[in-house]
Amino acid sequence: MTEHETLEQRLHEQGISRRSFLKFCAAMATMMALPPGSASAIAATLAKVKRPSVIWLSFQECTGCTESLTRSHSPTLESMIFDMVSLDYHHTLQAASGFAAEQAREDAMKEFHGQYLLLVDGSIPLKDGGIYSTIAGRTNLNMLLEAAQGAAAIVAVGSCAAFGGLPNAQPNPTGAVAVSDIIKDKPIINISGCPPIPAVITGVLAHYLTFGALPALDDQGRPKAFYGETIHDRCYRRPFYDQGKFAKTFDDEGARNGWCLYELGCKGPTTHNACATTKWNGGTSFPIESGHGCIGCSEPKFWDAGSFYAPLPAPTADVSSVAQAAAVVGAAAAVIVGAIDRGKKTAAQQSRKKLTVDDLKGN
Amino acid sequence: MSIDDISIKVTDLHSIGSIDALLNEIATRLQRFITQGETSMIDLKSLPFAPAEYEGLRTALGRGEASARLETIGDSELYETHYPGVWWVTHYNVEGDVIADLIEIAAVPAILHSQPEDVRDGLERLQQQLSQKE
Amino acid sequence: MEQELLLWVRGTGLQIASAVFLIGMVYRMLHILLLGRKHSLAQPRGSEWSGALRTLWKRTFVSTKLSARGNFTVITGFIFHIGFFVTFLFLSQHIDLIRAVLGLHWPAMPRGVIDMAAVLAIGAMVALLVHRFVDPVKRLLSDYQDYLTWALSFLPLLTGFMLLREIGFEYITLLTLHIASVELLLLVAPFTKLAHMFSTFISRWYNGAVNGFKGINI
Repeated sequence: MTEHETLEQRLHEQGISRRSFLKFCAAMATMMALPPGSASAIAATLAKVKRPSVIWLSFQECTGCTESLTRSHSPTLESMIFDMVSLDYHHTLQAASGFAAEQAREDAMKEFHGQYLLLVDGSIPLKDGGIYSTIAGRTNLNMLLEAAQGAAAIVAVGSCAAFGGLPNAQPNPTGAVAVSDIIKDKPIINISGCPPIPAVITGVLAHYLTFGALPALDDQGRPKAFYGETIHDRCYRRPFYDQGKFAKTFDDEGARNGWCLYELGCKGPTTHNACATTKWNGGTSFPIESGHGCIGCSEPKFWDAGSFYAPLPAPTADVSSVAQAAAVVGAAAAVIVGAIDRGKKTAAQQSRKKLTVDDLKGN
Repeated sequence: MSIDDISIKVTDLHSIGSIDALLNEIATRLQRFITQGETSMIDLKSLPFAPAEYEGLRTALGRGEASARLETIGDSELYETHYPGVWWVTHYNVEGDVIADLIEIAAVPAILHSQPEDVRDGLERLQQQLSQKE
Repeated sequence: MEQELLLWVRGTGLQIASAVFLIGMVYRMLHILLLGRKHSLAQPRGSEWSGALRTLWKRTFVSTKLSARGNFTVITGFIFHIGFFVTFLFLSQHIDLIRAVLGLHWPAMPRGVIDMAAVLAIGAMVALLVHRFVDPVKRLLSDYQDYLTWALSFLPLLTGFMLLREIGFEYITLLTLHIASVELLLLVAPFTKLAHMFSTFISRWYNGAVNGFKGINI
């Protein structure tokens, strides 16, 4: 395996002009939520960096994250992003299969030990020795532990790798956990979402390459540039929330007027992601723009947070039955204690000595 | 049921107020460009716009005298708005999706300048061509 | 972590709080009613029922001339209670909750009215606390329970107002704090003076009934 060349060399070989590269960097700056004027600085740095090796491991997942990434941009731009890294192992995308594929992974791990980026999508099952998901006869846990050892950093792509996601939802039959539940001694970036916004995946890669370090992370390990604000904060329907104008059903006057979807279960206020500004499908729109509330897919435990269509103030558990039972218990206690107290009262009344005329006479 | 049965209304854009806020921002930056020569950009993709508001902004800024077109990894469209010094720069990819959408406050958008690296490359090519002729 | 906390207060936390509240409240109120009053052997001079109903209504409006409480306490207390009930019953988010639990719903009030009611209620509570400190009689009469119940009633109002305006913390943090503060109130209410939210009607009823029986028309 040869030493990876710089991006500048690679682009030059392909006859891509500096101006094209600048345009690409302007798009990257937009993606990374950096000041738009920083494109030339990004270009200067990116041109000089060596392309790092990337190993992508897919565990308990649906391949939706890979779908999201590979659908991200037109072939030209996407190939440019992939040109920035050397994707040495990705069992869905690579041409090799079987032993050859596993060999490629092991070669990359040896060659670039301590330098490669490890991308993980999917959660890792721990129950029963982790037998519920295996690749080439090895459990996900085993493969992750090995690959994590030589990684410079780990990027957990998607809510499954970041927080456990769907496999981790109740009752979690396979004992699925997130990458960060297993690996404690490596920097981990969580790019949550089901799937994550493709531009966020590439944006984080670009940031790592540009600055040679991980971006600033929030307390959930997510890059602040993308997850720093809630959907609600950046939502174009926010003014309607502040005015108290809500759609009550999906086809009423309010829904047609584009009012706030809070009462229809929108989880925007408690969800951190960049959907409202970065948008989906090549910048076409995002769920709220097409009239559906946010389901909160970039937050931990979003599958277990009650119905997607229940408003945020609604309880996530059955309170009515508990309340009824409690009222019955309270009433029963009152009847029992009341009977005892009445008994005491009667007994006290009966034990009282009656005042007689003789008593008054002072004898 | 046909598409016409679904009534869609355009709400009053001024009640939201995002356009006015952005126009004020542009005015401030334009003032700084005049006094200090400071160029700057506004990333439109980072702002929460309703689709109709976005069109509203286009109408508010209008179209001026100059426009340019780049043909590089997809097209780019640049034009000066009705307000000189305020450029609307839109980068597309090959498939025609918008990959960056910017308001640039400058005499000429930065990306229009020929890049030194490209100039050097071009000179090399020209010299090669000349040497082949000899 | 934040999501887990929010999930807990919206689920298990709310179940525990409402269970304790209902067990405690139903027990205490029913207990009072079951103990009853001693049967009077005297000849009734009026109806117990009409007297009770009249007092139930009339005590809502305290005459500041006849009460030892004074203008300030009565008026400020009134403002607090009205502000509290307006925000509690007519904020759209609260109606969402009531609809989810009881299936009942009614139109919400505009956000401006809610904001004003919340500010009035918060202001009134602060004023009442200051008065409690400043007024020598009130200060002497106050014990820890007065301050505890003040704090427990104040926190839901404060966190709720901060949540609506997103002041200080993120939405999710404020929502969690707001729900938690209400649950704390629910846990403690049946066993403190806050039980007056129900017992006040029983005591008014008994007072009215006694007067009605004696033919006193007030």
